[in-house]
Amino acid sequence: MDKMPKWADVILTPLISLVLAMAISALVILAIGESPMVALTTMIDGALGSSYGWGFTLYYATNFIFTGLAVMVAYHASLFNIGGEGQAAMGGLGVALVLLSLPLPHWALALPAAMIGAALFGAAWALIPAWLQARRGSHIVITTIMFNFIAAAALNYILVNLLRPTGSMDPASARFPDATHLPKLSDMALALGFEWGKNTPVNISFFVAVAACVLVWLLIWRTRLGFEIRAFGKSEPAALYAGINPVRITMIAMLVSGGLAGMMAINNVMGEAERLVLNAVEGAGFIGIAVALMGRNHPLGVFLAALLFGFLYQGGGELALWTTIPRELIIVIQALVILFTGALDNMVRMPLERMFLAMRKRGA
Amino acid sequence: MAVVAQNGGRPSPAAPAAIELRGISKAFGSVQANRDIHLRVERGTIHGIIGENGAGKSTLMSILYGFYKPDSGEILVNGQPLTITDSQTAIRAGIGMVFQHFKLVQNFTVLENIILGVEDGRLLRPSLSKARGVLRRLAQEYELNVDPDETIEELSVGHQQRVEILKALYRQADILILDEPTGVLTPAEADHLFRILEGLRAEGKTIILITHKLREIMEITDTVSVMRRGEMVASVKTAETSPEQLAELMVGRKVLLNVQKAPAQPGKPILEIRNLRMVDDSGVERLRGIDLDIRAGEILGIAGVSGNGQTQLLEILGGYPEKGSTVSGEVRVNGTPLALSGAGCNAAERRRNGLGHIPEDRQAEGLIMDFAAWENVAFGYHDAPEYGRGPLMDRDAIRRDAEGKIRRFDVRPPTCDLAARNFSGGNQQKIVVAREIERNPDLLLIGQPTRGVDIGAIEFIHKRIVELRDAGKAILLVSVELDEIMSLSDRIAVMFDGRIMGERLPQNATVGDLGLLMAGVDPATAAPGDGIPPSQKHLEDLPRDH
Repeated sequence: MDKMPKWADVILTPLISLVLAMAISALVILAIGESPMVALTTMIDGALGSSYGWGFTLYYATNFIFTGLAVMVAYHASLFNIGGEGQAAMGGLGVALVLLSLPLPHWALALPAAMIGAALFGAAWALIPAWLQARRGSHIVITTIMFNFIAAAALNYILVNLLRPTGSMDPASARFPDATHLPKLSDMALALGFEWGKNTPVNISFFVAVAACVLVWLLIWRTRLGFEIRAFGKSEPAALYAGINPVRITMIAMLVSGGLAGMMAINNVMGEAERLVLNAVEGAGFIGIAVALMGRNHPLGVFLAALLFGFLYQGGGELALWTTIPRELIIVIQALVILFTGALDNMVRMPLERMFLAMRKRGA
Repeated sequence: MAVVAQNGGRPSPAAPAAIELRGISKAFGSVQANRDIHLRVERGTIHGIIGENGAGKSTLMSILYGFYKPDSGEILVNGQPLTITDSQTAIRAGIGMVFQHFKLVQNFTVLENIILGVEDGRLLRPSLSKARGVLRRLAQEYELNVDPDETIEELSVGHQQRVEILKALYRQADILILDEPTGVLTPAEADHLFRILEGLRAEGKTIILITHKLREIMEITDTVSVMRRGEMVASVKTAETSPEQLAELMVGRKVLLNVQKAPAQPGKPILEIRNLRMVDDSGVERLRGIDLDIRAGEILGIAGVSGNGQTQLLEILGGYPEKGSTVSGEVRVNGTPLALSGAGCNAAERRRNGLGHIPEDRQAEGLIMDFAAWENVAFGYHDAPEYGRGPLMDRDAIRRDAEGKIRRFDVRPPTCDLAARNFSGGNQQKIVVAREIERNPDLLLIGQPTRGVDIGAIEFIHKRIVELRDAGKAILLVSVELDEIMSLSDRIAVMFDGRIMGERLPQNATVGDLGLLMAGVDPATAAPGDGIPPSQKHLEDLPRDH
């Protein structure tokens, strides 16, 4: 028997965790002599109070959906992929190489080509850790985190020595051709006859991310492969008994995971920067871990958690802009949310379970 | 039946009972695990508690040992009311518990484990030498010999259990509770344990034995209490009851302890194993040349103490030999050789060759415990065409199929959305059995089909296995329960140390004879010409290629 109703498990628990994180954040803000109410209204106003705020919130959320889905898929195979950062960075390289080398006349052609490049490069970056795990038993957590550093160093070298246009002092690639620029949501709104989110980076990749949520849901819960991934993730001895090949599942799950992380590049590299810059991922790979944790490894949860973290990113930026609350405090607030919704999940969950059990007993 | 002869045992009725429970109730959520339990255990007796899985035996003992707090009721120890809030209270009251899964530190020595938690001071040496003295005395008194300086991981399971008993005695336990103590023991080890328990009883200790094996109850207990669905349905003197009566009390109806089956009609050979060898990753030869044949319409039972290669044999036949092992020899199913290594050696390929497999450990292998029952019905067959089109699974088709299987195998509760872990052991096993048998395999591998399964379900599962045999299928049955082997098999092979020690027909086999083979002694060398011809001989008249 389940310990508590499903809605309490998937909605109430994260909500209470969130409120707790906010309460402690408020105390911290009070302690440095600022007003928590002002901070909260600034964040909400800045992130959700205007179409401008929404435009940035959704842009960040798009990044987090991709990296959150990446962590989620691997998690179902019981693999903890914390290499989303490096895989997303390599995805950026894939996008840049495709867009700079192929003469693509229109964004509608450039987008699928860039998606393939991004996914291939992201998956390739997950390939070696996956192979080491499947064949040699090297722990995926160790290898993927090391590959994050290798990716950062490799990209640095590639940007400075290979992709930097001659004469430029900036460690970045050349701008992508104009024809490959992705339509922004603001442009699409204009085409429909209204103004929304002017000068915001949110672009058509957002819809790709939403579609990815649906496809990942299909993969995990509706296909034979997803059945094998979940079965393997729950019990390797049982998987062997059932004829599921552990090497195959480990490789597939990690390649899909790396591919999803890499796909983030169509949003930040192709959609926003329109060239490859240093450190383009900006920690989104790690945020993906928190997003997957908070989203309880379900695409819908990942989507909602990504929106929340998009809000925190954008609202945090506003906070630094309009108040005297230092930028570092925003990181503290984000860390508190991760801490409470991810790491301290059981602190809220277990008392809740006891409460529901007690309620049921009284009802019975 | 005239029940509730509460006052079993020897001492005078005036003496207070070692343990008395009055009206104990305990619920977990909406499940009533114990309902108004009354129990009286006299001093200096061995009291058996018997019941099906999930009858509430372990819950009751956990209450006695302070792991759970009862919702209501009273506990009296030696006539004194006692509130047992934790195991420390229980230990101080003289209650010792030997769990089914031992609670020992693997890389500590026996002595270190014994004093763990009851050291006399900051320095270990005085405690250790005191314990050494106590241990020597206990070893003499009760045949509880163990080397005090051996580490636990070096000890056999039987010896580890003795350490658990010694731990309790060292803590001056007067009342010893043993939870399913013989589940992991060889028959000889179990006999030894019973001698120890009798010695303890002679010293005036009180012993509570929890088991679901009727034979043990009849053999050693003075009184026995039967639990059914959380209630104590009877307490009787063992001498005044019979196994049939106890079984009936446990399940609430008559059960057949012996399997009804017609003589086998063996047909063509289905499984042929020739010189099968296996060396594990540490270089130990676990299978040392197995030769076996099973014909259509025949059940071959493999008896043996667990750990003599049965698991390796099942895994190799099932398509997943141990990681790092080397397998050689030849295995044919329906004349087709099976791949024993490489890409073709996997469970999916075996299933395509008409092989079904009920694994030894249903919780670790046979089921995904977090998956719903309907998902588990497809588990292993999730690639079957009727379960979906292309890469997609057809959930409706699987659920329809699962509902049918659950109905036909009387899985309770009959809901296919419940996760496997929420079914009782017997019903979990029924899900596995339904899945494997209804695929109608030519060869069915069965490992411990009724381990931890209640009597009602045992009867049901045995019946289905015999039905499959009568439908002309070959069945390889591995079990550590001799009763099960003897009543189900058409032929019995005994495994010892990776070899087939000998074959017997169940009607000619005696427990003593099989026991010798299981211990690695071949009676044939002592009395040549006795018994069944060895497998090789009876194979020579079979066609080898077809």
